[in-house]
Amino acid sequence: MTPAAVDRAPVDLAAVRGDFPMLGRLVRGRPLAYLDNAATTLKPQPVIEAVADHYQAEVANIHRGVHYLSQRATERYEAARERVRDLIGARETAEIIFTSGTTASINLVAQSWGDANLGAGDEIVVTEMEHHSNIVPWQMACRRRGCVLRVLPIRDDGALDLAAVERVLSPRTRLLAVTLASNALGTVNPVADLAAAARRRGAAVLVDAAQAVAHAPVDVQALDCDFLAFSGHKLYGPTGVGVLYGRREVLEDMPPVAGGGDMIRSVAFEGSTYAELPNRLEAGTPNIAGVIGLGAAIDYVRGLGYAWIEERERGLLAAATQAVGAIDGVRVIGAAPDKAPVLSFLVGDIHPHDLGTIADGAGVALRTGHHCAQPVMRRFGVPATARASFAFYNTESEIDALVRAIYRCMEVFA
Amino acid sequence: MSDSAELYQQVILEHNRSPRNYGPLAESTHSAEGDNPLCGDRFTIDLRVGGDGNVAAIGFYGAGCAISKASASLMTETVTGMSAAEVNDLFERFHDLVRGRLDPARHAELGKLQVFSGIWEYPARVKCAILSWHALCSALSGGGAVTTES
Repeated sequence: MTPAAVDRAPVDLAAVRGDFPMLGRLVRGRPLAYLDNAATTLKPQPVIEAVADHYQAEVANIHRGVHYLSQRATERYEAARERVRDLIGARETAEIIFTSGTTASINLVAQSWGDANLGAGDEIVVTEMEHHSNIVPWQMACRRRGCVLRVLPIRDDGALDLAAVERVLSPRTRLLAVTLASNALGTVNPVADLAAAARRRGAAVLVDAAQAVAHAPVDVQALDCDFLAFSGHKLYGPTGVGVLYGRREVLEDMPPVAGGGDMIRSVAFEGSTYAELPNRLEAGTPNIAGVIGLGAAIDYVRGLGYAWIEERERGLLAAATQAVGAIDGVRVIGAAPDKAPVLSFLVGDIHPHDLGTIADGAGVALRTGHHCAQPVMRRFGVPATARASFAFYNTESEIDALVRAIYRCMEVFA
Repeated sequence: MSDSAELYQQVILEHNRSPRNYGPLAESTHSAEGDNPLCGDRFTIDLRVGGDGNVAAIGFYGAGCAISKASASLMTETVTGMSAAEVNDLFERFHDLVRGRLDPARHAELGKLQVFSGIWEYPARVKCAILSWHALCSALSGGGAVTTES
C-alpha cells in the first residue's frame, strides 16, 4: 500500500523536529514534551506557511470569481482535494468532500445517507471503542428513523471481540460504523475483514480514520468501505477542516443537508437544481485556508514517508509501554496486538487528573479523562485514564520525562 | 520554574487520604449531587439543617481526584454551624480565591481553605475545587444535581 520507501534518503530527526516551531517552546519553564498527539498534532512550518500565504498574499473566494486571485485560490483548494484523493486511494476527486472535521463528516452521513436509507427496525452496528462522535450521530439517527444501535464488544486486552461479529451483525444490519484506530486504547481494528462481513449482509460501511491516518497508510479500496472520515488537525494540518470520502454511488444517493451558495446549479423560486459532486455537499464558503493547509500537511507527511513514520512510532510506543508498564503500580489499559501509538494507563489509585497536573508542571502534556469514549471507561471499570499519545517527532528523552513525572507523582501521593 | 507538585500541599494530601465527614449522613434534611462529567468526579453532599436554619451536620461521599476530594473534606469542616447565607458568602470568597482574584493574606476567615490559593495557575483544575461547593449550595437551596463543566 505504501509508495516504495527503499530509495528514500534517511530522515534526519533533528531536522524534522526543527520543522515544528512548537517543539522549541518552554511550558511552565521546562522544555515541552508534547504527548497529546491523539488530541491534535503540532503543525510543521510548511503548513503554517501555506495558511499564512493564503491570508497574506492570496485571499480570495473560490469557484466564483473570474479574477486572478479567485482562480488561484480555486486551483489551490482543488489541488488539496487531489492530494487527499491520492492519499486515501479514492477513484476520483468528486468522492472527496471537505467538512469541518471528522465529527461533521460522520454527522453528514448520519443525516443525509441515514435519513435516505434507514427505516424502522434497521440496525446500525458500532463498536464499544468508538469515540462519542461515532456513537451519538447514530443514536440521533436511530431516534429519527426508528433504528436499533448494536454494539460489538471489546475483549479484556482492548481488541475487538471478533467472535461476536457473526452474532451482532444480522440481515437487518444496514450500516457498520467502525473506528480504524481507537483514541482511548490505541487498538487498530481489522476493518477490511469487518467490512467484508458487513458487506455479506448488504450493509454499508463507514470508517472513522481520525486516529489512523497520521500513523499508517489508509486505502479506501483495500478497506472496501463506503465512507471514510478524518480530520486535518490530527494529520499535522489546521483545525476546522476535515474530509468525508464516499464512494460515488453512495454519495450520488445523498440529498444535501445544507443548502446555499456553491452547492447549486441554478436557483429559482419555482425550484432549484443542485451542483454535481463534490460541491453539492459543500454548501457555503468553505475553510479555504484550512484546506490549503491540509494539502501542505499531506505533502509533508508523504515527504517523510509512512514507512519511516510507522517504524519510528512503533519504536516509541514499544519503549513507552516498556518504561511506563515497568513502574510498580501502573496499569496499562489496552494491549491489543496491533496498536496506534497510544498508551492509556493508571498509576495506583492516583486520579489521572492529579497525575496530569503534576506532569504538566514538568512540561509533559498528557491527556487525562474519558477521552470522549465513556463506554470504554465503563468497560474497563475506570472513571478516566491518563493517555500519552505519540508522533514521529517525539523522543526517547520525552518518554524519560514522562517516567520521571510518574515517579514524582507517586512520591507526592505516597 | 513552577513545580506543580507544590499545588498538592500536605493539608490537601492528608484530606485526600483521610477525608473528614465522609459517608452518607443519617437523618439528612437536604442532599445534592455534584457531577463533573469531564473528569468523572462525582460527589453527593448530605446535610442536616437544624431548626435555627444552620448546618447542623454534613457528610459527603463519591469519587474524584485529590483536589475535589480534599476540597469537599475541608468544606465540610468549615461550614458546620453556618447559615445558608454564610455558606453562600464563603463560597463566593472561596471562588474568588481559586481564581486568583483575592489576596489570601487579607482573608483570614478562609482558614484552611487557603491551601487552594495556588490552583488559579491550573484553570482546568478550578472546577475540581469548587464541585462540592456547588453541590452544597444546591442542596441548601433545595436544588438537585449540579454539573460543573467550566
